[in-house]
Amino acid sequence: MKTKHLRLMQRTYVILFFGFMYLPIAYMILFSFNESKGYALFTGFTTKWYASLLTNSSILRALVVSLEVALVSAVVATVLGTAASLGIAGMKRTSRLVITNITYIPVVNPEIITGISLMLLFVAYQRLAGGVSWLPDVIMGMPTLLIAHVAFNVPYVIFNVSPKLRQLDIHLYEAALDLGCDPKQAFFKVILPEISPAILSSFLICLTYSIDDFMISYFNCGTVETLPIAIYSMTRRKVSPEIYALSTIMFGAILAVILLSNTLEGRRYKRDLSAQQN
Amino acid sequence: MKEYDKRLAAPYLVWMALFTVIPLLIVCYYALTDADGHLTLANLVSVSGYGSVFARSLLLAMIATVICLVIAFPVGYFLSRLRVNKQRIMQMLVMLPMWMNFLLRTYAWMGLLSINGPINTLLGLVGLGPFNMLNTAGAVVLGMVYNYVPYMILPLYTSMTKIDQSIVEAAQDLGANTTQTLFRVLIPMSVPGICTGITMVFVPAVSTFVISRMLGGGANLLIGDLIEMQFLGNSYNLNVGSAMSLVLMIIVLLCMSFTSSFDEDEMEGVS
Repeated sequence: MKTKHLRLMQRTYVILFFGFMYLPIAYMILFSFNESKGYALFTGFTTKWYASLLTNSSILRALVVSLEVALVSAVVATVLGTAASLGIAGMKRTSRLVITNITYIPVVNPEIITGISLMLLFVAYQRLAGGVSWLPDVIMGMPTLLIAHVAFNVPYVIFNVSPKLRQLDIHLYEAALDLGCDPKQAFFKVILPEISPAILSSFLICLTYSIDDFMISYFNCGTVETLPIAIYSMTRRKVSPEIYALSTIMFGAILAVILLSNTLEGRRYKRDLSAQQN
Repeated sequence: MKEYDKRLAAPYLVWMALFTVIPLLIVCYYALTDADGHLTLANLVSVSGYGSVFARSLLLAMIATVICLVIAFPVGYFLSRLRVNKQRIMQMLVMLPMWMNFLLRTYAWMGLLSINGPINTLLGLVGLGPFNMLNTAGAVVLGMVYNYVPYMILPLYTSMTKIDQSIVEAAQDLGANTTQTLFRVLIPMSVPGICTGITMVFVPAVSTFVISRMLGGGANLLIGDLIEMQFLGNSYNLNVGSAMSLVLMIIVLLCMSFTSSFDEDEMEGVS
């Protein structure tokens, strides 16, 4: 009797919690179809906000910029971070510790500090470059945005790839060398396939962090707008159900990606299971 | 492991020096000099004039952190007691809202809390209100809790999955009541998760400027707002802004050394 009571309380609590978490999302989805611009009353069904969103050139341009920045910075960060992980693994303990601790700085520092510190660097550079003829004077914009995104993404690559590298059996590499591979072949045939899942997942993490980032981009974007920055300037103006429409589309896209990856994973899991049984 | 070539890390070391170490040194330089580059403590002194803003930031972030902990602890516990396949689904449900840009989520709260928004309309039906909820300190705390509570749940859940159910049962068999089980078994055993969670909620909460600007109106300035105004806003002053950032960094460092003094295993569950 008592446990039944407890169960009910647990269940109510969890439902209340998820109600809280999903209330704003449900609200946005509902009101993205609202005829009027009001906050509270649902006056009629319409899809006009979606239509006007899809013709909103500043949002579409920002989306393209976001995707470009995310792709380029994720590729650069993944390559730089993977090479760094390999190099760090070859170092002595003390230098490894020092580098790991410095790598932690952008992860634990408040984002606003990372943002303004990079901005100060770029401002200082522009002051310097003003007096040197062969340096480009104005870099605030796409170049600084890319640098900033690589800068906050590299640590996540290193912290993803390094543990995998530590788990790896180094004797396999030595065996490949003994069997006549040169170091390059041994690396590409033995080590890279082992750590490639970690590299791929770091690449995906970089993509999502980069698309989602507002704080650091805000201080380093100049006049270029990424999607979060375009959203921010939209929220500073009048209420627009276009933002709700945008949120609904993004939520739908995220949900689709997650469901897809889950079913794929589930299928792979089943396949592995049946392969083990056979 | 001498098998790996150290030189592979060289590009990253240059990168790290240029874009992690030097920018922080520049912050320190700006904080300690005046516009002409002379050494001065005037910037740091002028920061003390904003003591009330710093106090408000610390207070609101602490309240938000405590509320997050109170909300998240039972959620983490219930999740960790579910069957494994159900746990995965629930974990997804916790993370799903996080995937949506936090500006959009916060913007939704602006609509929900507004004076003629749905919450006030519902309250009006039962004869209450309307309440002025938007542009209050409470709305800022709500925004912080809503945005950052998953960062508390996930590490708590991770450390609670390591608590064997038989330990909880043993405590109960040996006569511990619910409160005793909670304070003698569950809380001590989830200290690593609690510490990580506190850091992961407190640090973004104390340094935000978006939440305070969107939900707090103009009246609830936080440290983040002050810093933003020095760098991109009306009161453009890189030196004072850097001094404020320096103080913020010190606050964050203190917070982290405080939580990690309880626990060696910090940063657990960060993924």
